[in-house]
Amino acid sequence: MERTTLDLWVGIFVVAGIAALVVLALKVGNLSTYNISETYQLQAHFTNVGGLKPTASVRSAGVLVGRVTSIMLDTERYEAKVTMSIDKRYQFPADTFANILTSGLLGEQYIGLLPGGEDEMLADGGEFKKTQSAVVLEDLIGKFFTSSVDAK
Amino acid sequence: MAIVSSLRGIGKRVVNAVWRLGYGSRFFLMTLFYSGMSFRRFRLTVRELFFSGVMSLIIILVAGMFVGMVLGLQGYETLKRYGSESALGSLVALSLVRELGPVLAALLFASRAGSAMTAEIGLMKATEQIAAMELMAVNPIARVVAPRFWAGVISMPLLAAMFSAMGVFGGYVVGVVNIGVDEGSFWSQMQAAVDFRDDILNGVLKSVVFGLVVTAIALFEGYDAPPTAEGVSGATTRTVVQSSLAILMLDFILTALMFRGE
Repeated sequence: MERTTLDLWVGIFVVAGIAALVVLALKVGNLSTYNISETYQLQAHFTNVGGLKPTASVRSAGVLVGRVTSIMLDTERYEAKVTMSIDKRYQFPADTFANILTSGLLGEQYIGLLPGGEDEMLADGGEFKKTQSAVVLEDLIGKFFTSSVDAK
Repeated sequence: MAIVSSLRGIGKRVVNAVWRLGYGSRFFLMTLFYSGMSFRRFRLTVRELFFSGVMSLIIILVAGMFVGMVLGLQGYETLKRYGSESALGSLVALSLVRELGPVLAALLFASRAGSAMTAEIGLMKATEQIAAMELMAVNPIARVVAPRFWAGVISMPLLAAMFSAMGVFGGYVVGVVNIGVDEGSFWSQMQAAVDFRDDILNGVLKSVVFGLVVTAIALFEGYDAPPTAEGVSGATTRTVVQSSLAILMLDFILTALMFRGE
């Protein structure tokens, strides 16, 4: 078995193909923003999650601190139970507000955390007691109509 | 009488098509069964990787670049109406990674490498090289067909990935460098929209399936070609037509299975 230039070309081809995949994964895809660091789980109940999806980002003061891992319907309360994994580096007070917000007018939805002032921090498996659901356009329009009728 | 003979013609065609389908399936299973040699003597496969993969590089890269550039231009024109030019990155990347990369790379691969495979094997058969191999107790499926098959299956996802990466670069050149879409939002919106598992890995899976189908069709058409000049040319045409149709139809089925409008 001898090495030939043909082998070299095939080697270049395979390396270029794998490099293209890596570029796609890191530069184009979201693999680089997946949390590699250690995380802990927190939960929150929302009356309406709107268009929130698993892998949606969790932000505090605009900084990415974690991701939504699962969204389920809690049949005990008939509310949406959202589980998110938060970066271990960030701790949040027990009275932190969890809001479902939208980035931009038509952008994707994410969870915004508004820290409170309590000294006690949320541990793994803890729950945000204070939440605010997604804004549903129909409800908003409905409120607008009823309020304008009341004003007359 | 005209009705009878036309009925007879239809019947003959249907029977012939089913016959060929059965023969083709048996040929495909034989190829898988005798694949051991293409890995034990990997040099055989490497040689075919050169001819089907490396030789298709230029056409794939140039085509990917231009497709990305067109996407950048057209996407910008459309998105501008809604004032969301910043979503150009996600539009270019999603359409390339999910659909255009695998599909167009496979179409190009079918006409560039698939037709060459058919012509080569058809000609080997016409010049009785295949029969000579059988005489020397060399299994032509193990020696000729299987290495080409695996080379196609390996090189297709690599080519599709290069096509997509090149296309994203083309979209970047037109969108950001020429038109002046904000570079930060171009990349960040793209990264927010493209999921590694749902989009990129599904695209890779698609291209593996396309590679399998294209090479299987090309090899079978070559192996089954009538050993004449006319027969080989007809088989080459059939390879391109059938594999292009197969790619587009399979793409619909795979997309329906993978994305389901979630």
